[in-house]
Amino acid sequence: MLIFEQSKSGRYAPAQSPLDKADLSSLPEQFRRKRSAALPEVSEMQAVRHYTRLSRKNFSIDTQFYPLGSCTMKYNPRACNSLASLPGLVSRHPEAPESHSQGFMACMYELQEMLREVTGMKAVSLSPAAGAQGEFAGVAMIRAYHEARGDSARCEILAPDAAHGTNPATAVMCGYKVREIPTGPDGDVDLEALKAVVGPQTAGIMLTNPSTLGVFDRKIEAIAKTVHEAGGLLYYDGANLNAILGKVRPGTMGFDVIHMNLHKTFSTPHGGGGPGAGPVGVSERLVPYLPVPMVTRDGDHYRWLTEQDCPESIGRLTAFAGNAGVLLRAYVYARMLGREGMPRVAEFSTLNANYMLKQLQSIGFQAAYPQRRATHEFIITLKKQARELGVNTMDFAKRLLDYGFHAPTTYFPLLVPECLLIEPTETEDKATLDGFIDAMGRILEEAKEDPEMVKGAPYTLPVKRLDDVKAARELDLAWRPGSN
Amino acid sequence: MPFIPHTEQEVQEMLAAIGAASIDDLFDEIPASLRLSQLDAIPSALSEMEIEHLMNKRALQDGQPVCFLGAGAYDHHIPAAVWQITTRGEYYTAYTPYQAEASQGTLQLLYEFQSMMVALTGMDVSNASLYDGASALAEAVLMAVRANRKSKSKRILMPRTVHPAYRRVVRNIVKNQQIELVELPFDPHGGHTDPAVLEQYQGEDFAALVIPQPNFFGVLEEVDALTDWAHANGALAIGVVNPLALALLTPPGEWGEQGADICCGEGQPLGAPLSSGGPYFGFLCCKQAQVRQMPGRIIGRTEDLDGKVGYTLTLQAREQHIRRSKATSNICTNQGLMVTAATIHMALLGSEGLERAAAACFGNTGKLVDALGAIPGVTPLFDRPAFHERVLRLPAPAGSVLRSLAAHNVLGGLDMSRDYPELGDAILVCATEKRTEDEIAAYAEKLARVIQLQGGVTCGLVPKE
Repeated sequence: MLIFEQSKSGRYAPAQSPLDKADLSSLPEQFRRKRSAALPEVSEMQAVRHYTRLSRKNFSIDTQFYPLGSCTMKYNPRACNSLASLPGLVSRHPEAPESHSQGFMACMYELQEMLREVTGMKAVSLSPAAGAQGEFAGVAMIRAYHEARGDSARCEILAPDAAHGTNPATAVMCGYKVREIPTGPDGDVDLEALKAVVGPQTAGIMLTNPSTLGVFDRKIEAIAKTVHEAGGLLYYDGANLNAILGKVRPGTMGFDVIHMNLHKTFSTPHGGGGPGAGPVGVSERLVPYLPVPMVTRDGDHYRWLTEQDCPESIGRLTAFAGNAGVLLRAYVYARMLGREGMPRVAEFSTLNANYMLKQLQSIGFQAAYPQRRATHEFIITLKKQARELGVNTMDFAKRLLDYGFHAPTTYFPLLVPECLLIEPTETEDKATLDGFIDAMGRILEEAKEDPEMVKGAPYTLPVKRLDDVKAARELDLAWRPGSN
Repeated sequence: MPFIPHTEQEVQEMLAAIGAASIDDLFDEIPASLRLSQLDAIPSALSEMEIEHLMNKRALQDGQPVCFLGAGAYDHHIPAAVWQITTRGEYYTAYTPYQAEASQGTLQLLYEFQSMMVALTGMDVSNASLYDGASALAEAVLMAVRANRKSKSKRILMPRTVHPAYRRVVRNIVKNQQIELVELPFDPHGGHTDPAVLEQYQGEDFAALVIPQPNFFGVLEEVDALTDWAHANGALAIGVVNPLALALLTPPGEWGEQGADICCGEGQPLGAPLSSGGPYFGFLCCKQAQVRQMPGRIIGRTEDLDGKVGYTLTLQAREQHIRRSKATSNICTNQGLMVTAATIHMALLGSEGLERAAAACFGNTGKLVDALGAIPGVTPLFDRPAFHERVLRLPAPAGSVLRSLAAHNVLGGLDMSRDYPELGDAILVCATEKRTEDEIAAYAEKLARVIQLQGGVTCGLVPKE
């Protein structure tokens, strides 16, 4: 039932708004709305009960194993939330003067420094509000760099065919054409194909390493050399930074610009799809173009760097300083990990992924790249099951929900047919992984014995499989008064 | 090991299953030359107790000054229930609802959010949110250029009364797509965009006209005339609105003869704390005709195999993970958690509560302007109706007055000299429903003293009657 359907005219929650209604006689009638907005009219308890009940219809990290590949669904420590929500921090106005911001700015400065160190970049700006905005900042900096040098012929961004969809979408937003680079049979970028297309038109290449195929590109140094020699820059998509945190630095691999997804690697909550945070780090030559604002330190005093201080900056991408509350959560997490904890993130997420891969292979699942090590994630392909049993990846995914596991990422990357991209993260214990492996084995048996049953899954959730075609054809995007 | 549950025995069992001698062996495909050994600049780990100590100290260090600052971020009451429910793990630690059957909580909530935004704005459809108000305006501009098939120009009329940071963000985001922003001046007496300034652009090709309501000065614009001008000249009308103000003001869907085509804005007044400027959320609503040009996540109502009502992500063919380089935007997320809070906030307040809060903001700002305007030399700059912000001219340097006030624990407003030097020593002030009469009186008293000390006006401390 929708909250609107519990509405009764004239009811509201009087404790939540001013008791006296202020005089509006000086607000001219011509500007006033004629009818009140049709918002729900419910009591405080009705609202609390409704949204508490709704929450119970969600899978979440706090309630289920959530091995969604390329999303890094690790435990989100509760302290990060409570400490970022301390009154002095949560009530700070974005335009508060530096005199009343030194505590907050110290956290931001130290987070910049820690991210700089762990990625091996020259400088970091925290301001992009999400991974995709970090990508935008990165490609916009590449463009600004070439333009500042008068190198205006560079009109093309390269991206592997395994790249996240955001990579080509971002390049287009920055005014570039996109050229896809094929992946070789071993999962690494096809270096010869790359060499054939780089040239004076190449602005840069966008790479994820480890790639979305769950393998580390062993030829990364040769790729960097090839692109740099052609005058292009290297962009690192930090979606998979969890796999190498504290083990390998993108700066060492030769990348010029990187974005990080703090909601992945630094454990800030995914919140049902945001807010994230997508800080960017750059090599020496891109430092002047970093997005503002940033925090710098003069002696004991922290100071904002804005457009006035950084005239070549690509500017600001949100009204204020990005998702500050998310950055505070990441700061708390980074301090709790410390220098000892960061490499352990990569080590144990990689251990978990390789263990799952081996165990799934041993019960009959096919790895997309069986000759390769898994990184923090890996791909299995169900093309054999789809062909022989008529049970496809989506059916496996939906049936997993009945077993109490959130499904891995399905049908991505696009170049592996019938794939599941599985990322367990470092915070899951062996028993949970074994439970998932066991469920996969059982579903495989079910698919052989009763494929129709698997194709009808899920059965135990608030709804059965939903009609996406109807949703798109008969658009119903809002409740309106009078609708049922 | 913080947040890692493995026992040594489990590690050995797992390595044995893999056939590796050590965890280090699992990294053997990474060239040795790239491997890192030290992270010297990162401090050692802290326990929860230690980081709590540090964060408490830093939070106290910044104090909690009394806030008369607005300028795009407003200090509103948020019911306790809002964040207690929002931070339930089921909302806080879920991801984008790709598996709809396992995400009906978030999906139904987002559908309710879209419905509430439609009710508030009077538009046909809403998306499930964008990053913030400024980036939402950038997306609205890009959307208008795609959607306006009559226009070939990629030119946008952008009043100077739009928030300066929003204008910067729009420029930074759209400039590589050859979109031209044409700035409209404001009327120096009214502080609004006089529809008469549009006459010089009559007959020219523009993709859209941006219309802020209220504008950055708090002033109410002639939205009906501006919207009708846009439509008469083949341009789309993009409203930039404060959602709380819409509890009182004509919704964009009813502006002029046909209503605005797109409206967007900053959702922060609906349940998001100030939090240093984020996370907030941007919203974007439009007419039905433009829905396929809309960026961001959109939730639709549908049915399951048994005909039971359910909710799912829809129109995904617009999005980056399907369309890649042809997507409407590169955006992946919405600001799900902020929208969760906003939805609960709107349900708790309802239209009656939002109207009372908005009316109190309007009333308190009126009282503030009366109190400050009674100080010799302090003058309200614009004579047109405003919502909950006003520009005041001071008889002393604005920056130094604001610094002195801050030293007395009052955030007195925004110094306008950075973005509007032509206004002289002017500040933008705001009093939300949270400001009390005592706080307003104390602010007036401190401002009078500061101005006198700075030698602005040689008058007594007592405000004039």
